[in-house]
Amino acid sequence: MSFMGINWLKYSAPQAFYPLAGSLIPWFAALATLAIAVGLFLGLLIAPTDFQQGDSYRIIFVHVPAAWMSMFLYVVMAVWAGVGLGLKARLSFMMAQAIAPTGAMFTFLALLTGAMWGKPTWGSWWVWDARLTSELILLFQYAGVILLRTSIDDLRRADRASGVFALVGVVNVPIIYYSVQWWNTLHQGASVSMTAAPKMAATMLTAMLLMTFGFWMYSIAVVLARARCVILEREQLPSWGKESSMPEVAEAR
Amino acid sequence: MYWGSVSEFLAMGGYGLYVWTSFVVTALCMVWEVLALWRRRAAAVAETRGML
Repeated sequence: MSFMGINWLKYSAPQAFYPLAGSLIPWFAALATLAIAVGLFLGLLIAPTDFQQGDSYRIIFVHVPAAWMSMFLYVVMAVWAGVGLGLKARLSFMMAQAIAPTGAMFTFLALLTGAMWGKPTWGSWWVWDARLTSELILLFQYAGVILLRTSIDDLRRADRASGVFALVGVVNVPIIYYSVQWWNTLHQGASVSMTAAPKMAATMLTAMLLMTFGFWMYSIAVVLARARCVILEREQLPSWGKESSMPEVAEAR
Repeated sequence: MYWGSVSEFLAMGGYGLYVWTSFVVTALCMVWEVLALWRRRAAAVAETRGML
């Protein structure tokens, strides 16, 4: 498998992936910092207030990116788990393992910022609405994936069990996404869609998309960093101590 | 610049508590995650060195 003169298949080996991830992290981190800084500037300082919701609408700049990442990361985690189950590839399971905590964190943040938005606009922190309930279930799914892994000592069985659990649970993601259309919910419909013009002012939309891009880049940086930790923790082979294969270990002295 | 003064900015049109809680908790979670990973990495590297 060769593309752009690079043998990509080589990077399915943790030993080869480890330095590659290390060199990519600073770029994603820089992109994340830049996008989030500009997004916050536009969203908090430049964007006008909303004529219906007042300034409470500004929660959208963290709520929507967090909610999107919570669903997106789940799908990516399930895909890695599926690849791991299908190809019995260690690195795929490690990627799934690295994604779960970040996905859980964004799910928690989506729920929390949603409560912060719900109280002033609906008069309630929480309602058992289809969108909110399915997102809460997503949090339990992330918890299940993580706990299933930590509760099984045998790494291969832990990989498979949490992988199957993650893969089965992916059905909830379209349910969350379409819940506002399928059921009569209190939660508002999508602000942005592929087929219709956005229902937001240009500054607001730009700020929200920048924040989403920033959260996305942040997630990649953090997941790659965690994957490197997982590789170090799981692949402690004596031969890895060689300075040539593990430059960071030598560096860390 | 949309805001007239700093206090106006902090008040967020009366929604300050909700808006700032959302932003601050999100920021704290993300910073905490990065710091936790930093420590996890240091521990993993130390462990690997111990095996040499």
